Amino acid sequence: MSLDQNEISKLARLARISIADSDTAELSQRIGDILDMVDVMQAVDTSNVVAMANPHDAVQRLRADEVSDTNQREHFQAIAPQTEDGLYLVPQVIE
Amino acid sequence: MPNHTVADILRGLEAKTFSSEEITQQYLDAIGAHDPRYNSYITVTADAALAQARAADQARQNGSGGLLCGVPIAHKDIFCTEGVRTSCASKMLDNFIAPYNATIVTKLTQTGTVTLGKTNMDEFAMGSSNETSFYGAVRNPWNTDCVPGGSSGGSAAAIAAGLAPAATGTDTGGSIRQPAALCGLTGLKPTYGRVSRYGMIAFASSLDQAGPMAKTAEDNALLLQAMAGFDPLDSTSMQQAVPDYVGGLNKDLKGLKIGVPKEYFSEGLDPAIGAAVETALDEYRRLGAEIKAISLPHTHLAVPCYYIIAPAEASANLSRFDGVRYGYRCENPKDLDDLYTRTRAEGFGAEVKRRILIGTYALSSGFYDAYYRKAQQIRRLIKQDFDEAFKEVDIIAGPTTPNPAFALGEKVSDPLTMYLEDIYTIAVNLAGLPAISLPVGLTQGKPIGLQLIGRDFDEASLLAAAHQYQQRSDWHRQVAPGSV
Amino acid sequence: MEWEVVIGLEVHVQLNTKTKIFSGSSTAFGAEPNTQASAVDLALPGTLPVLNEQALKKAILFGLAIDADICMASVFDRKNYFYPDLPKGYQTTQMDFPIVGPGIVTISLSDGSSRDIRVHHAHLEEDAGKSLHEDYHGMTGIDLNRAGTPLIEIVSEPDMRSAEEAVAYLRKIHSIVTYLDISDGDLSQGSLRCDANVSVRPKGQAEYGTRAEIKNINSFRFVERAIKVEVQRQIELIEDGGKVKQETRLYDSDKNETRAMRSKEEANDYRYFPCPDLLPVVIEQSLVDQLKTTMPELPDAKRQRFEQAYGLSSYDAALLTTERAIANYFEAAADAAGDAKLAANWVNGELSAALNRDSLGIANSPVSADQLGGLIQRIVDNSISGKIAKQVFEALWNGEGDSADAIIDSKGLKQVSDTGALGAMVDDVLAANPDQVEQFRGADEGKRKKMLGFFVGQIMKASKGQANPGVINKILNEKLGG
Repeated sequence: MSLDQNEISKLARLARISIADSDTAELSQRIGDILDMVDVMQAVDTSNVVAMANPHDAVQRLRADEVSDTNQREHFQAIAPQTEDGLYLVPQVIE
Repeated sequence: MPNHTVADILRGLEAKTFSSEEITQQYLDAIGAHDPRYNSYITVTADAALAQARAADQARQNGSGGLLCGVPIAHKDIFCTEGVRTSCASKMLDNFIAPYNATIVTKLTQTGTVTLGKTNMDEFAMGSSNETSFYGAVRNPWNTDCVPGGSSGGSAAAIAAGLAPAATGTDTGGSIRQPAALCGLTGLKPTYGRVSRYGMIAFASSLDQAGPMAKTAEDNALLLQAMAGFDPLDSTSMQQAVPDYVGGLNKDLKGLKIGVPKEYFSEGLDPAIGAAVETALDEYRRLGAEIKAISLPHTHLAVPCYYIIAPAEASANLSRFDGVRYGYRCENPKDLDDLYTRTRAEGFGAEVKRRILIGTYALSSGFYDAYYRKAQQIRRLIKQDFDEAFKEVDIIAGPTTPNPAFALGEKVSDPLTMYLEDIYTIAVNLAGLPAISLPVGLTQGKPIGLQLIGRDFDEASLLAAAHQYQQRSDWHRQVAPGSV
Repeated sequence: MEWEVVIGLEVHVQLNTKTKIFSGSSTAFGAEPNTQASAVDLALPGTLPVLNEQALKKAILFGLAIDADICMASVFDRKNYFYPDLPKGYQTTQMDFPIVGPGIVTISLSDGSSRDIRVHHAHLEEDAGKSLHEDYHGMTGIDLNRAGTPLIEIVSEPDMRSAEEAVAYLRKIHSIVTYLDISDGDLSQGSLRCDANVSVRPKGQAEYGTRAEIKNINSFRFVERAIKVEVQRQIELIEDGGKVKQETRLYDSDKNETRAMRSKEEANDYRYFPCPDLLPVVIEQSLVDQLKTTMPELPDAKRQRFEQAYGLSSYDAALLTTERAIANYFEAAADAAGDAKLAANWVNGELSAALNRDSLGIANSPVSADQLGGLIQRIVDNSISGKIAKQVFEALWNGEGDSADAIIDSKGLKQVSDTGALGAMVDDVLAANPDQVEQFRGADEGKRKKMLGFFVGQIMKASKGQANPGVINKILNEKLGG
């Protein structure tokens, strides 16, 4: 099994990763190999098996509604690519 | 100095044979002199380490030092360290100075450890050979033509080379145990939820677990003591009492039931490893353990299951790397799309991109049930295999890896064979269980690892079993030829 | 052709917790940009979410209020998409197992009828940050203070059939969440936002038409206008032989039109999956029971009580119960007045008009419930007429006196009921209008009733409105009937 160029572009688009045309063939092959490898799962009857998202049958713990974080804007924005007036800047967003 | 264990260093500090500052300086000197051969560190924090060491010496003198006061260690570069680059071995985070500390970094520092630096790894912990690092491959001190394993390859190589007595690692599919096995070390993956994940850069959230790597089980016990425990900042951290691991090391093994799954001795296992494991099991018989043959019938599904679940979780976990708030941003993005797609294309390496795309595929509309849900159902079957086995036995034993350290470049071009490296370790992550790898032999001058798997939250039994084996063997005392 | 409009609403309600749904940073409105964005809110690598207990409780309260099933093991999912105001690259929300299951919201319409609108479910999720499009050298600024604010998204079935119904539904949701005190309900701050799914179909057709989704409407008025203009667009499009496209549209209130959103053109695939950083949210029945005991009287129950206890019409009762504060005001005024029906008329009439005129909320009304009650008392005991009462109300509104009595006194507005004084006035009016008296006497019973009004009007005029109409009627009948 291998994915065609369209499928690869669709995945790349969803994942917001640009992929050079020259890399598509190899990527398609690699991903196809992995999909072949995992195909063995399809032979297993799991109709009565409950999906398992987490190793423990534990439940969500709740946090008290108390403010514990204070303003660290300068600290956090010291590592930001581009900021102004306390805002993170990105190329213009069009709605 | 070379081949000190953590316990050796604690004794030396206690006896004032050396100060923390002296031993820290010796490690820093050794790193400077020898690490160019191994590339085990991404960042060395010499000044901060010496300052910490002096503070530790002071604390020890005042009698206020913690459990590991003055012990130099290294952190895998996946743990956030405030004020220090935390790269995850990725170009994406090459410029990322973490603004906060991971919980385990805080906890270890509070017990007095001195941080020598941040160790190399596979990019975002995705790999089994430490060849996917943005900072270049790491070499195995036992044979510099070989890989140290991965993804915690830098931590493993640093310890094996005598450039740190112990280090932290993370294990998502075998990333502590496999490099420990390939470098002749003892490494423990704790039960999922035993050690906080807060501040550990996520690869696959439901599988990731931090743990210690060192030469001995005793050192693992010392480090785990400091790392383990509930963390209110991590919803998946479990409220379980932390036992006295060091105090439990000599718990009698008489009557211990060890199960040996037949599936772990199938084709593909290097016969020399099979033989070494058998020999180790004989030693356990002599220690009073009872060895039983068992079966884990869904073992062959573990790698396929993992290679859907881990990439799926990773595909979402790595979406935050978008060039907006921190990390790499591409030059002159022409619009928002360009910012995203080029930042991520340029910032991530090939293996990371591959896994993001696989994960995206497995979750996408029309494929979710066939891949992701199916894998989650298989995951339960794998967990049930272990549940059944642990009704009969206390510990499950087998090889950690199917082969010893392999040559650099040998598998990097073939992801599928690389993925099979983790064939014996992956099921443990899917089930959330604790497991330890300890050295039990050498083949062609390369170490062999024995894996012991325990019940949920029963790290103590694994540490005791490993420790008592190490009282009767000296594989863990073998020194890599390349060690300083 | 006759068209039927079909509307479903997705209402986002910001919960009024002190902190965010998954982090300990403040949710206070109006802070400097990014000063309330913690490591978790910024999605710094390695950070993890922990669920806010109050957010969960408030969501459960909403479920109880609409008589919905509470999901005893709800699950958080990740909804994957890239947007600069979404730091993690996914929104943590609930897909397959939302906290609140199907429920019912009853709306009251202006014709006095009421309708049940089905709620499909309501789920907990996190809000996104804000994009500020002011020009930063051709760039957009991102403020993540709002990122992680807890929301419940309330998804209705496509049960509404007009813009009026949609507004009534939205107002009802607003009533419920403010009654419960789970949201401040402040639309101007975006505490309640609404997406409307709108379609049209020929009347009688069973299948739904293709729907367009109008995003992010944030006032009652705009909901009505946006839906109306979108319905018009769809009908004209179809009648001109076109087809409605399934798409996301924005309402432009300046131009009063909807337009397709450029950024949403691309078909998305959100790749929902259970968030592995959060565990199933398992609720004990005891928590639900305990929350039930804290439930205040809700709009519907209050409305019923108002109808039964005060004999109000269902429309009046519905109006009075849209806001908890109005209902409380009414009850206090009715108590003071001793006449609930009159109090209802005044609150829904004069008071509501004055509040609207001056853009005031009930909390800031210059006339207190006690003052209004005192005014109504004077109508009931015939001290003043309804017409004079309006003057007194205006004077109270303008702060010309502390009470109705004080104003009536100082302005000399007390109604004249003295038969002697009124008798003289009647005599004067009858003497001044001999022709009308003549006609009256010659008329039959039916005509007489009408003509009596003329004399009453003349006398009221002469008394500057202060004559007691009941007494005048009595005297007139005596004098004319003779």
